[in-house]
Amino acid sequence: MNKISIVVTVNGREVKAEIEPREILLDFLRNHLNLTGTKRSCDIQICGACTVLLDDQPVSACNTLAYESNGRHILTIEGLAQNGELHPIQNAFIEHNGLQCGFCTPGMVLATKAMLEDMHNPDESEIRNYLRGNLCRCTGYHPIIAAVKDAAQRLHNGDERADV
Amino acid sequence: MFDQVYGIGENAPRVDGYSKVTGQANFAGDIKLANMLEVRILRSPYAHARIKSIDTARAELVPGVVAILTGADLADIDPYYGHAIKDRPIVAMDIARFAGDPVAVVAAETVQAAEDAIEQINIDYETLPAVTTIDEATAEAAIHVHDVDSLRLGKFHGLGDFRPQGNICYEHHLETGEIDALFADAAVVVSGDYLFPSVYQYSLETHTTIADWPAHNQLELWSSCQHPYLVRGELADIFGLSEGNVRIHIPYLGGGFGSKSYTRMEPIAAAIARKAGRPARVANSVNESMLTSRRHNMKCHMRTAARADGSLLAREVTIYLDTGAYADNGPRVVATAADAAPGPYRWPGYRVDAYGVYTNRPPSGSYRAFGATHLQWIGESQIDEIGRKVGLDGLQMREKNLLKHGQDVRKGGKPLDADLIGDIKLVAQGLEWDQPTTPNVGRGMGVGLLAAGSRPVSTAIVRMEADGSVTVLVSTTELGQGARTVMSQLVSQELSVPLSQIRVPDGDTQITPYDRSTGASRSTTLAGRAVNLAALEIRETLLGIAAEMWHVNPSTITLKNGQAWHGEQSAPYADLIFHHFGFAGGELIGHGIVRPELGKGTYEAGPVFWEVCIGGVEIALDWDTGRLDILKIVSVADAGTAVNPALIKGQEMGGAAQGLGNAIFEEMIFSDGQLLNGTMADYRVPTTNDIADKFVSFIVQNEDGPGPYGLKGVGEGILAAMPAAIVNALASLGVVIDELPLTPERVWRAAQRARRST
Repeated sequence: MNKISIVVTVNGREVKAEIEPREILLDFLRNHLNLTGTKRSCDIQICGACTVLLDDQPVSACNTLAYESNGRHILTIEGLAQNGELHPIQNAFIEHNGLQCGFCTPGMVLATKAMLEDMHNPDESEIRNYLRGNLCRCTGYHPIIAAVKDAAQRLHNGDERADV
Repeated sequence: MFDQVYGIGENAPRVDGYSKVTGQANFAGDIKLANMLEVRILRSPYAHARIKSIDTARAELVPGVVAILTGADLADIDPYYGHAIKDRPIVAMDIARFAGDPVAVVAAETVQAAEDAIEQINIDYETLPAVTTIDEATAEAAIHVHDVDSLRLGKFHGLGDFRPQGNICYEHHLETGEIDALFADAAVVVSGDYLFPSVYQYSLETHTTIADWPAHNQLELWSSCQHPYLVRGELADIFGLSEGNVRIHIPYLGGGFGSKSYTRMEPIAAAIARKAGRPARVANSVNESMLTSRRHNMKCHMRTAARADGSLLAREVTIYLDTGAYADNGPRVVATAADAAPGPYRWPGYRVDAYGVYTNRPPSGSYRAFGATHLQWIGESQIDEIGRKVGLDGLQMREKNLLKHGQDVRKGGKPLDADLIGDIKLVAQGLEWDQPTTPNVGRGMGVGLLAAGSRPVSTAIVRMEADGSVTVLVSTTELGQGARTVMSQLVSQELSVPLSQIRVPDGDTQITPYDRSTGASRSTTLAGRAVNLAALEIRETLLGIAAEMWHVNPSTITLKNGQAWHGEQSAPYADLIFHHFGFAGGELIGHGIVRPELGKGTYEAGPVFWEVCIGGVEIALDWDTGRLDILKIVSVADAGTAVNPALIKGQEMGGAAQGLGNAIFEEMIFSDGQLLNGTMADYRVPTTNDIADKFVSFIVQNEDGPGPYGLKGVGEGILAAMPAAIVNALASLGVVIDELPLTPERVWRAAQRARRST
């Protein structure tokens, strides 16, 4: 199959690659770039395990062509912690036991990041609605929701107080 | 957070938290071996068919294809496996027994090439009559799924001597008392026929296995596997290897819930890697995992008799569980279902007849709280039904009839090791049982027992390195439940070492010592006891070294935060080990062995402990649409002792969510043996929008378990309690249900019946 060239910024680093037009973003990340933090589960954009941020918007990498990322910015779970310092969302997930097996966690954390950029202080029902496309079979979601609320506090309430 | 000592009862943070939130945690699908091939499997489209011929010529020409495996390649090994009954070939030998049965396997350089090749394989099938329901399979003139006379029993069945008969792969019977006379004299008898659906465990990580043959007599695997030592034994038998030459690495598992119990994709991965002469990876799609393991669907008849005052007299139960085309863990599920059928009550008499049935459907195996989940909602709904007839509410019925601590649950078995009446009072407290509700809000409770613990054989090695840090070698599998955190915490407690100085590496059958399995809520109780014993051995050694170094009695020495203390005098563990070996090296080793007391541990003498399955719900019913909303869940984890309360609460919340999915909407739908809803778009599991508004969690700590500090396993029971509590909450509104799941249509129809009858 003819290959096509793409240039993508992945976790802040520019990547040039030759890909098959049919290659999905999930395989590109996992197989081509060895970024295996992005997980495969349902294959049909139901479970959210492969959620990555494409220009800050959450997408399912299993239903996105790698080509669609050409010229754009991708954030995967590997790019969230900076210089070994966990992102506040990651810390909140650990402290609230917002994970068990950890398979949904990368997608859940990135979906949370996108949510908290849209909504600084989501209430319970807003959180539930936003995350309904990310399945978790272990936690029953309650600890994840608690982690999201806490992360929102850490990210935004702190800022607001600092502004005052 | 990690730089401190965590004792029993403290909420240590998850030791795998950092690697999981950063995407660094390795699952089987994240591992790549040099030269590794990708595998796809061709599965039978028919529920029952004879394979007349397989033509792979065109498939072999597909670029990138390296090896194709069919039944014809298995002549030099023993291709049949199954821990209960060796009824399953690695791939179909001549007969495909369910729609989805593996028939041919392709290994290629890429998944795409393997998929292309699969499409080029031509198979000539002769379709055969099929039995695709319990009724068909148990009919008088039913065709048989297996020629049972040719079947051998598996190595790990643990269920005594038995023989499959026709389509009955296993049966289990319990009887006590004069039940015919008890029913004849009863003031109240309730009776019903009930149906329970087939359910998919859905661990987000599908079954995934990499196999490699570093030498002709050495097999090495990386697998999403809950019971590595049992799988090792089966692979050794299949390929004629010594068990020690089969090495299984267990990375993190992306959930299991029973679906990764026993042998799954390992034989196919090993066989194709052997033929290809290269490492090969099998990674199931969700659809394939649904065809690999599921929860048994069931039909059940039950009747229960009581005196006019609500005292229970007798229960009679007949159970048929659909184990599908291969027995898998069906026999154990049948036995556990039979155990759960009477319920935890004082019975003058009961009779239980439980059967596992072969059908031409995908095989059924373990799923969290199997057996108990099947039966508890039925038994508990009859308890409430009797209560309504005699004028007692659910709490009163249970207070009156529940077994008490020390009473026999089953003749000859382990007596009750829990305070069920205390537990049920907590459920009532959490539900605010005595407060009035509105006509669309119902409350219900359910209590049961799960025969838990499996064979009590676990071992562990704890190594204290020369720097005083600790490596814990234990083969319990971390599948999300927090096993590595709890094992770390047990060591932190005994040796007073900070969490950050304790490592629990991946399981590896050539390195981490024997553990029977990770299931039946046994890890903290049994593997935990082994770790506890191993840590205590090191503790004794440390005290001895310090006593010798300081010329004092060991009993005057304490261990605190990585140091030994005698009065004002102290020394880091590293200094003690330096003293012991005379240089900056060496290590201290402790070992722990758990085996059945008095050489027992048979199923008949078990269980290791009775896991309490208890909980309550408050629901809102929309009478016009049949929609249910879960307003509140109350869980009571009867843990004996809580090592890490936050992890227990996490288990309760997760188990409850699965239980409400199982109760309200989860069902694998089959037509003529074909799975109709085989994707996550069609098979719905709970989302953030489905869970309860409020979750009330109690942990009971009566130190009445067989584990260290009197602990016992938890985490499965709440699943079994949920359908029971929800069905009873509906019945409290007059809406009586005899079939799960509680789809809006089913609930609406029952609600209409209820309205007409009032």
